Amino acid sequence: MSAAVIEVREVSKRFRLYQEKYTSLKERLLHAGRVPYSDFWALRDIEIDVAPGETLGILGRNGCGKSTLLKCIAGILKPTNGEIRLRGNLAAMLELGAGFQPELSGRENIYLNASLLGMPRREIDKRFDEIVAFAELEEFIDNQVRFYSSGMYVRLGFAVAVNVDPHILLVDEVLAVGDERFQQKCMQRIHDFQNEGRTIVVVSHAADTMRQLCNRVMVMDAGQIVTVAPPGEAIRSFREVLLDLGENTAAIPPVAPQEPATDGTVAAAQLDGVVQPAAPQPPVRKVRLSGARVETTTDRPHLYPGEPACVVVEADVTEPLHGVALGCSVWGSNGSLIFDRDGEAMTLPAGRSTLRFRFASIPLLDGSYSVNLRVQDPGGGAVHARLEPAVSLVVENPGTSTGMVALPLSLEIEHEHRPGDPPA
Amino acid sequence: MARAQADMPADGGAGDARTVSAKPAALLDEGQLDDLPQRVVAARVGTLARLREIWLAHELLVFLVRKELKVRYKNSFLGFLWSFLNPAMVLLIYFVMFRYILKNGISDFAVYLMCGLLPWNLFNTALLSSSGTLVAHAGIVKKVAFPREILALTQVGVAACYFFFQSCILVVFLLGFHVMPSWQYFPVMLLALVCDLVFTAALALALSALNVYMRDIEHLIQVVMVALFFAEPIVYTWNNLGSRLGKHGLVWLYLLNPLTSIVISFQRFIFGNVPGSQGVLATYPQSFYYELLAIVLGVSFVLLYLASLLFRRVEGNFAEEL
Repeated sequence: MSAAVIEVREVSKRFRLYQEKYTSLKERLLHAGRVPYSDFWALRDIEIDVAPGETLGILGRNGCGKSTLLKCIAGILKPTNGEIRLRGNLAAMLELGAGFQPELSGRENIYLNASLLGMPRREIDKRFDEIVAFAELEEFIDNQVRFYSSGMYVRLGFAVAVNVDPHILLVDEVLAVGDERFQQKCMQRIHDFQNEGRTIVVVSHAADTMRQLCNRVMVMDAGQIVTVAPPGEAIRSFREVLLDLGENTAAIPPVAPQEPATDGTVAAAQLDGVVQPAAPQPPVRKVRLSGARVETTTDRPHLYPGEPACVVVEADVTEPLHGVALGCSVWGSNGSLIFDRDGEAMTLPAGRSTLRFRFASIPLLDGSYSVNLRVQDPGGGAVHARLEPAVSLVVENPGTSTGMVALPLSLEIEHEHRPGDPPA
Repeated sequence: MARAQADMPADGGAGDARTVSAKPAALLDEGQLDDLPQRVVAARVGTLARLREIWLAHELLVFLVRKELKVRYKNSFLGFLWSFLNPAMVLLIYFVMFRYILKNGISDFAVYLMCGLLPWNLFNTALLSSSGTLVAHAGIVKKVAFPREILALTQVGVAACYFFFQSCILVVFLLGFHVMPSWQYFPVMLLALVCDLVFTAALALALSALNVYMRDIEHLIQVVMVALFFAEPIVYTWNNLGSRLGKHGLVWLYLLNPLTSIVISFQRFIFGNVPGSQGVLATYPQSFYYELLAIVLGVSFVLLYLASLLFRRVEGNFAEEL
């Protein structure tokens, strides 16, 4: 079955990192054949299919390979191994207004840029007015682009890119352009694209954008796929990757597969943006959380909105921890964060203690909510222990309200009786 | 938000990478999907596939050539007029120099000079500008996907435009001097022009790609061009070197340089009717020119093929090297 518009098959991309970059002929000759380098695999055996009309998000921290993958799909970089099959026209928005000529007018640049993106001339003629209108540059279209403000510049770039009429659109964190109103317009345009059944691949590290846009999200780390899942779930595992300080390394491959081949350090400029700093060593585990459970005031298996609940967990502490915070977060079933809090600094004595996270009320409506617990240095510092998900809270709402939160609402009617009104 | 929530299946993970969680609005039916243009991004690209891509981008080539022509004289008072003014003034200077100051006994030497300069300038300007073009356009090479060969070919196209402008000026001069070209050699000249374009395109492709990895090429080429300029009878006559080599049976050495064949073909056509040209031009029969140019064309196409192979071999890393 060939139901995919993008088929990524065992794609790997290797970058050669030279300790010194020899780009002159003399240096090349002097160092012919023995230029010290190390291989860096920015992508390793990536396999993914994107179905027609789907919006796939690629989420990962800096240097995880997401942009490299996007560039490979766009054909800007050639994979070292593997291949990518594409069906239909593709437009990549990696940088808005790439290739604009400051010396030329906006009009000439529209033609040049659209043509670079593979749009036939007739098509440009047809869509020209639309592009100009979208960019809101009617007055300035015959001015040289070098007189444009940076906002006008990216607006023109975006307008051209979305009017190329692609079957596949690749977007690399460029949605945050222009003022707020234009951003909304861009977002609207992306939604239109989705409704028209076009395929979109978005790269970002903004989880909220992903949740808004995507059908599926692929989380990458160190050039490999961590997971491909619906947004909520993927974002949660992305947060784990992001926050993880070595506890859960099984799921995450090592960062740099190879050490530099020869002595010396890898040229810093080459590494910049490609490799993340070496992950901090996992701290010696001083505390372990286990046996989490919920204590409620009822014997129902679920709560009613507004009922109190207490999450209890056992902590085994090998040596006393001073000034640590007990953190707790509550997540909705679609992965949205409902509540998160670092407690104030406390001391955990050595030995076994029971920790209680007491909620005076759970003002949530129908749903299953997971509660994550952690012991952490205050202010978002190192995590000493975590339990994810520790427990889940099921809330069933006997009332009629829908939504997420049981806001304390009461209704009243204040009637003022005036002379002449019909009797009550 | 509603969209994201609606798509929530019970579990997900690496295992269901191949399934699609949502049923998006279909732009296309299954059948239509196969009709869409297909493209494969892989380490190796076939020659035919790439030729097709380049052909599809021919409009881009036109836009880029136009851009280069426009940008060169942008913000100058005379603007595009310079494209004609420049060769006209150069020709005028040559005329004055060789008519009144540097007399060398050849009538209309300025015209003779222009005959050789026409194909040479095409070769020269194209290579000088194309060797640095990928580096100069790093911005788009890194961010936009299009056949990169277009950038090198653009410079050949620009040089071809200048060739046209210079030809126009030369025609005006020929009319002024009442010089009639020898029309029976017109096909020879056309064939020579095709050779010139193919040969130039081959070297332009190779040099532009190599310059990304060895930036010296851009500078080295300037010196090489000065030396190469004297390898054909442009400022001197065929008799100065060709005839002398011919006495030792070494004329093939001279003709090893494709530009020699191209240049003498142009001279034959344009300068052939000028009185006294017999002592200046090579004295070969017309069929010899055809044979010569056929070989040059064959070699040029082989070079073009090899250059495109080289280009595809190294282009995968352009975006990183720039």
